[in-house]
Amino acid sequence: MVGLLSSIPYWGQSLLRVLGGIVAVLLPAGTIVYVFLFKMMSFMQSRLGPMEAGPFGSLQLFAEVGKWLQKEDLYPDRADRFIFKIAPLVVLASTFLLVAVVPFGPDAWFTDFEAGVFYALAVSSVSVLGILMAGWSSANKYSLLGGLRAAGQLIAYELPMVLAVIGVVIQAGTMNLQQIVVGQNAGSIFGWDGVGNPYVLTQFIGFIIFMISVQAELTQTPFDMPIAESELVSGYMTEYSGFRFLIFFIGEFATAGVFALIASVLFLGGWGVPFAWFGWTSVDSIDNWMNVVGPLIMFTKMMLLVFVIMWVRFSYPRFREDQLQRFAWKVLIPLSLVNIMATSVLKVAF
Amino acid sequence: MAKVPGLLKGLGVTLGTMVETVTKGANTVQYPHEKETPPIRARGVIALHEGNCTSCMLCARSCPDWCIYIEGHKELAPPRRAGGKPRQVNKLDRFDIDYALCMYCGICVEVCPFDALFWSPEYEYSEPRIADLLHDKSKLGEWMETVPEAPELEAGAEKKGKK
Repeated sequence: MVGLLSSIPYWGQSLLRVLGGIVAVLLPAGTIVYVFLFKMMSFMQSRLGPMEAGPFGSLQLFAEVGKWLQKEDLYPDRADRFIFKIAPLVVLASTFLLVAVVPFGPDAWFTDFEAGVFYALAVSSVSVLGILMAGWSSANKYSLLGGLRAAGQLIAYELPMVLAVIGVVIQAGTMNLQQIVVGQNAGSIFGWDGVGNPYVLTQFIGFIIFMISVQAELTQTPFDMPIAESELVSGYMTEYSGFRFLIFFIGEFATAGVFALIASVLFLGGWGVPFAWFGWTSVDSIDNWMNVVGPLIMFTKMMLLVFVIMWVRFSYPRFREDQLQRFAWKVLIPLSLVNIMATSVLKVAF
Repeated sequence: MAKVPGLLKGLGVTLGTMVETVTKGANTVQYPHEKETPPIRARGVIALHEGNCTSCMLCARSCPDWCIYIEGHKELAPPRRAGGKPRQVNKLDRFDIDYALCMYCGICVEVCPFDALFWSPEYEYSEPRIADLLHDKSKLGEWMETVPEAPELEAGAEKKGKK
């Protein structure tokens, strides 16, 4: 917090952070939907996707949002109305809470939280509550089944995710996301500091497990059993229409973006460039322009990771419910436990 | 673990298709801007050659959907040769096909003994209102222009018709 920001009064800083949070959630969500959902998926199916609204269909998203906003706010007769109405907001709130710990630059962060990793993993499971609320309050058997499947899946894949992150935490020796970024970029591989020491190299198994769990947490195909449209209509979202569906939709893709941001912080070096390139030694010696370049680097890494998530989504068919649970409990969790043990042994050894 | 090569191959297929679409273009066409030409003998719409029709009603009776409506009356035409009797001809008043009902089976085209009905590859005749899909004989006659020439006969086959 040097220089520029400290001269702004507290309320001004808070306002900036709120605006920044909204941008950090909505901008990636919109970009992801247009670039990947509209265009990349179409290209992978040998078609062009939306082409009419704006150049190459780039304004299609605004048309879709406009369409959703003018729809009637419907709810089923026997729905638990209050719960039904706030459920999408709970899901979206978890996304906003999640982005609060992501560091975007040496000074460009929302909160510098010591237990950042712990907070992020805890808050990301709040969306399970929203999904269960939506499933239960809809008074619809498909919604209920979808909600229960989602809860089972999200809890099952929360574990390998947490366990995969523990490896990173052990190696970094801190739970502060900012410190994890600094640790990766200030580090060196056997004395060679050309690329720092991104943990994807040492924690490769952890990275794979984390990305698979993210795929499941986002309920993206092949883990889209909760919203399996061929059997459950649309799972817990079945009864939603208009802007409440829009909020679920934004929540899904914004969370994809935020999880990709967290993955890039944990494994790919986050906003940083290897400190050796510019002769920096610690966070305080970093030049101020990194606060502008840092978010751009983060955005690039996020797009890269979301590309992989979406690529997998568009390529594979859906897991069956039992296969999905078996994969989490019998493959991912034992593997991540082995990973933790190996990491701890190596940490002590070196 | 044994499934990993197959999984990677699957990813390769989608990535390959994406690269192909970006570099060589998609398999689809942007319909209202560019149009595909349907195959030459595509069954787009049924056209009517009014002069050949004798309002014999065979097509209307064979239609499984009962979507052909024919009305006609008899008229006296001048005799072919001098001093002959005036001929009686069937004059077609109404020949409508309701394309909201038609299922494009083509039985009417097959059954017509006087070559009055033809398949045309024309396909752009959608209407905002379902009742407007009832097309009358002048509209069916316009489509005659889009009917392709009959294909060449097979070697050795003889052309039927007036001697």
